[in-house]
Amino acid sequence: MAYIFQQSLNALQLGSIYALIALGYTMVYGILTMINFAHGDLFMVGAFFCFLIAVYLHLSFVPTLLLSMLGVAFLGVVIERFAYKPLRNAPRVSAIITALGVGLFLENFTLALSPYPKHIPQLLGNTTWTLGSLSLSSLQILIIALSLVLMLILDFIVQRTKAGMAMRAISWDKTIVPLMGVSVDKIISLTFAIGTGLGGAAGVMYGLAYPIIDPYMGIMVGWKAFICAVVGGIGNIRGAMIGGFILGAVEIMVAAFLPSTYRDVVAFTLLLILLIVRPYGILGKPQPQKV
Amino acid sequence: MSNSSDTSYSALIERWHMLTGTRLFRAVVMIAGIAFCIAVDTFDFVDLYLQLILIYVGINIILTVSLNLINGYMGEFSVGHAGFMAVGAYIASILTVHVFPPNAQNLLFPLAILAGGMAAALVGFLVAIPSFKTRGDYLAIVTLAFGMIVKSILENIDAVGGPRGLLGMEKLTTLPWVFFWTALSVWVIRNLVYSNFGRGVLSIREDEIASDLMSVNTRQVKIIAFVVSSFFAGIAGGLFAHALQFINPRMFDILKSTDILIMVYLGGIASIGGSILGAVIYTILLEILRPLGIWRMVLMPLMLVLLMIYRPRGIMGMKEIRMFVPLRDFVTEKLWRQKKKEAGDASA
Amino acid sequence: MPLLEIQKLTHRFAGLCAVSDFNFAIEPHELVGIIGPNGAGKTTVFNLITGVYRASEGSIKFEDQELVGLTPHKITRSGIARTFQNIRLFKELSVLDNVRIAHYGQIAYTPAEALLHIGRFRAEEKRITSQALDLLSIFKLDEMAGEKAKNLPYGLQRRLEIARALATKPKLLLLDEPAAGMNPNEIIQLMEFIGWIRQTFSVTIILIEHQMRLVMGICERIVVLDFGATIAAGLPAEIQNHPRVLEAYLGVEVTP
Repeated sequence: MAYIFQQSLNALQLGSIYALIALGYTMVYGILTMINFAHGDLFMVGAFFCFLIAVYLHLSFVPTLLLSMLGVAFLGVVIERFAYKPLRNAPRVSAIITALGVGLFLENFTLALSPYPKHIPQLLGNTTWTLGSLSLSSLQILIIALSLVLMLILDFIVQRTKAGMAMRAISWDKTIVPLMGVSVDKIISLTFAIGTGLGGAAGVMYGLAYPIIDPYMGIMVGWKAFICAVVGGIGNIRGAMIGGFILGAVEIMVAAFLPSTYRDVVAFTLLLILLIVRPYGILGKPQPQKV
Repeated sequence: MSNSSDTSYSALIERWHMLTGTRLFRAVVMIAGIAFCIAVDTFDFVDLYLQLILIYVGINIILTVSLNLINGYMGEFSVGHAGFMAVGAYIASILTVHVFPPNAQNLLFPLAILAGGMAAALVGFLVAIPSFKTRGDYLAIVTLAFGMIVKSILENIDAVGGPRGLLGMEKLTTLPWVFFWTALSVWVIRNLVYSNFGRGVLSIREDEIASDLMSVNTRQVKIIAFVVSSFFAGIAGGLFAHALQFINPRMFDILKSTDILIMVYLGGIASIGGSILGAVIYTILLEILRPLGIWRMVLMPLMLVLLMIYRPRGIMGMKEIRMFVPLRDFVTEKLWRQKKKEAGDASA
Repeated sequence: MPLLEIQKLTHRFAGLCAVSDFNFAIEPHELVGIIGPNGAGKTTVFNLITGVYRASEGSIKFEDQELVGLTPHKITRSGIARTFQNIRLFKELSVLDNVRIAHYGQIAYTPAEALLHIGRFRAEEKRITSQALDLLSIFKLDEMAGEKAKNLPYGLQRRLEIARALATKPKLLLLDEPAAGMNPNEIIQLMEFIGWIRQTFSVTIILIEHQMRLVMGICERIVVLDFGATIAAGLPAEIQNHPRVLEAYLGVEVTP
């Protein structure tokens, strides 16, 4: 029993990181119907910002987190401006390939500057409480709580604020929104800032939980988070959160009961089955065919 | 209307195009190619490093042309091409290392490659099934998951070395063999594209519902496209394994698939000539930039992004080099041009 | 025996009844119009006949063969072809290829023959290409055969769509708002054109239309739909004066 509870906690921790990254994919998709394949690498950049700030500026946890998020958000907006914006009217696939290119650039640029894996210093005292066979670490709780808070804030922004309304409006119909006096460019920039900022936050938390970071860490995590977004129904923000927690749970449970090398096989096979049963994801709606 | 030097220049180009479209030209290219490859293989006048690059060029052409069938002609977005390659590489290698007698390696090598291709084709058939119902981004995920599953399964099979990989292959991939398989894949895929089924593939890209309503059996078309595409990816995998003489699951991960995607979109979608150009340029550029070390890997994606911004359809997107258009289509096209011109003259 | 017989056809989208208890029959060589206000379920009827949607209830029989449950390409091969309300050509492909694709079901060679360009491949391709070119020249589109479909002017695109539908060798042709976007002059030409198609290709035609002038001018019978149900059916003259039709439809939009 305690074992299962322990594993559920681990699943929540991993799931919340996946969910935070998946949100970035889904937000950008919702607004541009474009898969930002560089997103996983922005997550990686978030972890590296965290490393730089912690090592060279010696700041404490909260400013480190905020600065990393800001830095990644800024980078996300810059990438959108210079790489994606010129392609807004190009074939969709050109934008996807550009995103792949940007991702490779971020990976290799980081690798060129930092050929060896880096170790993030401990920013927070980590206390571990043991209750019988159950061990709870303060870091774990912090990661889960912080992710939930960020998601709640995001949900509030999207559902309740004017900018959020504009975002939803653009994802509904891109042609009509400018007629309502909304600046599409500004909203897209804002979406990128929020989405990539959340990815940056995920990078920081991932770095705290697993302190060895390298330039390629974003690839696998990024693709998996993308899968979460799809499982939840891409373009759907609450779907992305659900997808993240599902994948986290599946991975931890598989690793708990089977040799850990089987983790990916099982996780991806389940994903395939789910997509065959529900081709548009859990919360996604099938696009009505117009004939 | 236009001045004479201009017309003579365009007439020259037109003549060149006509020349490249003839059977004779194709035959000359083929014979020259095969003669060169055999000569290099027998007399060894090109250094080994250069030979290896030529072998990679051929393998990359096969991969690019075959992926273009799915991503360019059919308009889907497959991200798992390296998975098919892995299947071909492992099956072919298991055959040459563990099954075939050591003294008959050279003789049985084509069989091993063929078996690798067939195994990959079988897997391609399985991947085609979800494509009946799922399209676009969701199909992309299916292929992505497929690629990752292949890699993970290979890592979990100890008999093929698990994550450590498989070695013991002899260097059986020679330049003439690469030329043969490259030419075969280009020829077969061109044949497919310029056939009833190829038009079906194109119509799925344009409008799947209308295609079905115009009597195209879309399921049949998708199966053919996936089977042919994965067959040649498997062939490329077998050649790759016997050129490098060592394979491990990580070689066929998502980065490899990304490489192939880049070559496809660099060359341009729905173009065989473009795919060949894309593969050649990418492979050679990577070698030329090798002195830059890691910075070449920074430069390449940057160039890709710039290319996409200034030429979103790649070098030859939706255009074809005359050499790869069958003579028959070429003649009919010429007839329309003439008719159009006559009509234009009559109305003028 | 009717060519097409629809009985008790009902279709629901998420609880909403798009077509309810629709009954219809058409004899060979008839020309019947289906009219009705926007959202009345006309295009849905076409989608049900051609297999784009699967009917919730009811039966559609074409030459005594049940169509409900068949895939669209099988239905097309059994002899039903259609055009679309908003043109759906294969835009990036040539005019010739648009028509050649519609021959897909009539090709006799196998995939293996296609991959190796052997056997029946050459002869069949030649046959299909010359058939397609013949069809295009009947429609005066042959000069455009090498052009991409998207480069054709709107009127020619509509014409190409009809040519493409006829290339599947249909017995029954479904035209979905063929006069959309045309001026009165063009509509008169279109009326002649539809009559000519019916004669030349000896097809039976069902057409959906908003343009009263067209429907009243050429249709032998008219069915009026509203909210997915038939509210009237009969000769054009009867329909024109039918009180329920006037109320539901003509009363609002009688101008041509």
